[in-house]
Amino acid sequence: MSNVLVVAEMLDGHVRKSTHSAITFARKATAGGGTFSILVIGAGAQAASGELAAYGAQKILVADDASLKNYICERFAPTVAAVAKAGSFDVVTATASSYGKDLLPRVAAKLGAGYAPDISDVTPAGGKLSYKRPMYAGNAYGHAELTTAIQVVSPRQSEFAAAEPSGGASPSEVVAVTPPDAAASRVEFVSMESAKSERPDLGEARVIVSGGRALKEQFAQVLDPLANALGAAVGASRAACDAGYAPAELQVGQTGRVVAPALYFAIGISGAIQHLAGMKGSKTIVAINKDAEAPIFQVADYGLVADLFQAVPELVTEIKKVL
Amino acid sequence: MKILVPIKRVSDPDNANKVKVSAAGKIETTGLENKPNPFDEYAVETALRLTENGTNPKARLGEVVIVTFGPKDTETTLRGLLATGADRAIRVDVTDDQLDGDILARALKAIVEKEQPDVVLLGKQAVDGDSNQVAQLLAEYLGWPQATFAGSIKSDADKALVIGREVDGGTLNVKVTLPAVVSVDLRIVAPTSVTSMHTPATHKYADGVRFAALMAIMAAKKKPLVEMKLADLTGDVGLKITYKGAELPPARKAGVKVKNVQELVSKLKNEAKAL
Ligand SMILES: Cc1cc2nc3c(=O)[nH]c(=O)nc-3n(C[C@H](O)[C@H](O)[C@H](O)COP(=O)(O)OP(=O)(O)OC[C@H]3O[C@@H](n4cnc5c(N)ncnc54)[C@H](O)[C@@H]3O)c2cc1C
Ligand SMILES: Nc1ncnc2c1ncn2[C@@H]1O[C@H](COP(=O)(O)O)[C@@H](O)[C@H]1O
Repeated sequence: MSNVLVVAEMLDGHVRKSTHSAITFARKATAGGGTFSILVIGAGAQAASGELAAYGAQKILVADDASLKNYICERFAPTVAAVAKAGSFDVVTATASSYGKDLLPRVAAKLGAGYAPDISDVTPAGGKLSYKRPMYAGNAYGHAELTTAIQVVSPRQSEFAAAEPSGGASPSEVVAVTPPDAAASRVEFVSMESAKSERPDLGEARVIVSGGRALKEQFAQVLDPLANALGAAVGASRAACDAGYAPAELQVGQTGRVVAPALYFAIGISGAIQHLAGMKGSKTIVAINKDAEAPIFQVADYGLVADLFQAVPELVTEIKKVL
Repeated sequence: MKILVPIKRVSDPDNANKVKVSAAGKIETTGLENKPNPFDEYAVETALRLTENGTNPKARLGEVVIVTFGPKDTETTLRGLLATGADRAIRVDVTDDQLDGDILARALKAIVEKEQPDVVLLGKQAVDGDSNQVAQLLAEYLGWPQATFAGSIKSDADKALVIGREVDGGTLNVKVTLPAVVSVDLRIVAPTSVTSMHTPATHKYADGVRFAALMAIMAAKKKPLVEMKLADLTGDVGLKITYKGAELPPARKAGVKVKNVQELVSKLKNEAKAL
């Protein structure tokens, strides 16, 4: 039996959708007994906490304070650890977004807890939880166990489908904000630069159109019409991001975003293992590449050997006909 | 500025050389290439850029100490990085199965207390275990600020760094007062990602990491490399994470090549029902 604390992630005054994957993890980890609660932490958490009331949590804990306006690990981690301790939780979890990956290890160190990062599955087995983790760029899975009583775990958004509301209304409770770490006085938020886009987030999109080095400076010019026609998110290979054809936050792969949409287009992407690690869980994969030997064709359900600069505009026209 | 860079030697799979799992459920890496974790090479490059004038990199203007936790043969990896410009090396004698991120962080803390660097620069993740945690754990144990996933670093004065963190929604810029722990992301080795106070703002580095000249490889054999024992660094050597087994990912079933765009759209619509 485990009692799980889910740490929600906030964005622009709302709960980020990625949080729903950690809720799915919590439901799975408590399937053999136990309950889960959700900590909503950040400035504006009180207002946002209602968004999570109907997911079956035992409690919604709210840590709302002006000092938590911008995410700074040294300000968030002390409260998360204190709430975990006060509630005698066995497992603390947040989705393995850049937020969860930055925050959870520091929380684990405060709790003396073992940390299982970026897991793809959890199995409650004989009072213990076993965690399945992709390693070596997804080329092997390890079955990990943590040896500590209290455990910290980050589940992958791509492997834990977003939880649906289960009804009811969880009671909410205000929790105290713990003073920040001494180190917090040495970190200052400067600014957040984000290319605001109307497109869905990579982690939530049903369709993703990804481009590689081959797109060159025409990256957006070629891919945007296809993404617009499909209501898709845009992704990129590392080579495309490094070259500045696409912003870094669009990188899909071992060390970028890990995605598993219903439909993934890999356009002008060779299919290095680091890229495959981030997308081979997609339901249907399409590859367009002029090199018939490109490794991407080994994972593609549908491969088209063609010059993308001709094939993609044609594809836009044909897709518009059938939508 | 004095910078400590922890580096790991990893076995790296590629499209041809795959990881295997033994009958006993252990991950086998025989046949894979041993190399420094790419992110750690980037961390060394970053550290060098911060401790030199880019227009005259031969004159060192700070110190870069590299440290690895690994068996004797990982000294080859250390020598390779000494040849690219790092000043000194430490090897803590252990094997991978004696380590997890937490033990590493505790032991690194002891080294930091001895060496007193201004910055500990790590890779954001080791590409074998893909764990992404040592920097964050170390920062907590030291009580230092952490700036993870750095895609850019600007040092205006020795006592603070402005760091562009690569996060899901874009770039989060933070200013950290030293000493601090920083983990680096891929873009840190782009030509203008690192701005050091010693280097003219107009200077552009070559993309990626620097290579060692033959002379430097010879000279690196004489650079200091000391060995330490894990037990001298941390008394707590119990693993917090253990692996009970492993498996290979399910193979994707082979797909088909389509003749043209029309056939692709028709298959996506009628066969995959994906449109
Ligand atoms: C530590 C580390 C981490 C990494 N992490 C990631 C990661 O997270 N994500 C990632 O993607 N990569 C990652 N990489 C990089 C990875 O190894 C590859 O270098 C990268 O994925 C290659 O990108 P690409 O396929 O766009 O470019 P390339 O390999 O150059 O491929 C371009 C492809 O486009 C095709 N092409 C060219 N012109 C046309 C045309 N006109 N029409 C059609 N096709 C065309 C070519 O045939 C080729 O297959 C990482 C590497 C390292 C070392
Ligand atoms: N065995 C090791 N020796 C030295 N540094 C290491 C070792 N393992 C990990 N590190 C450092 O910790 C970083 C993050 O690793 P990890 O958290 O294991 O993914 C790496 O990029 C290295 O900088």
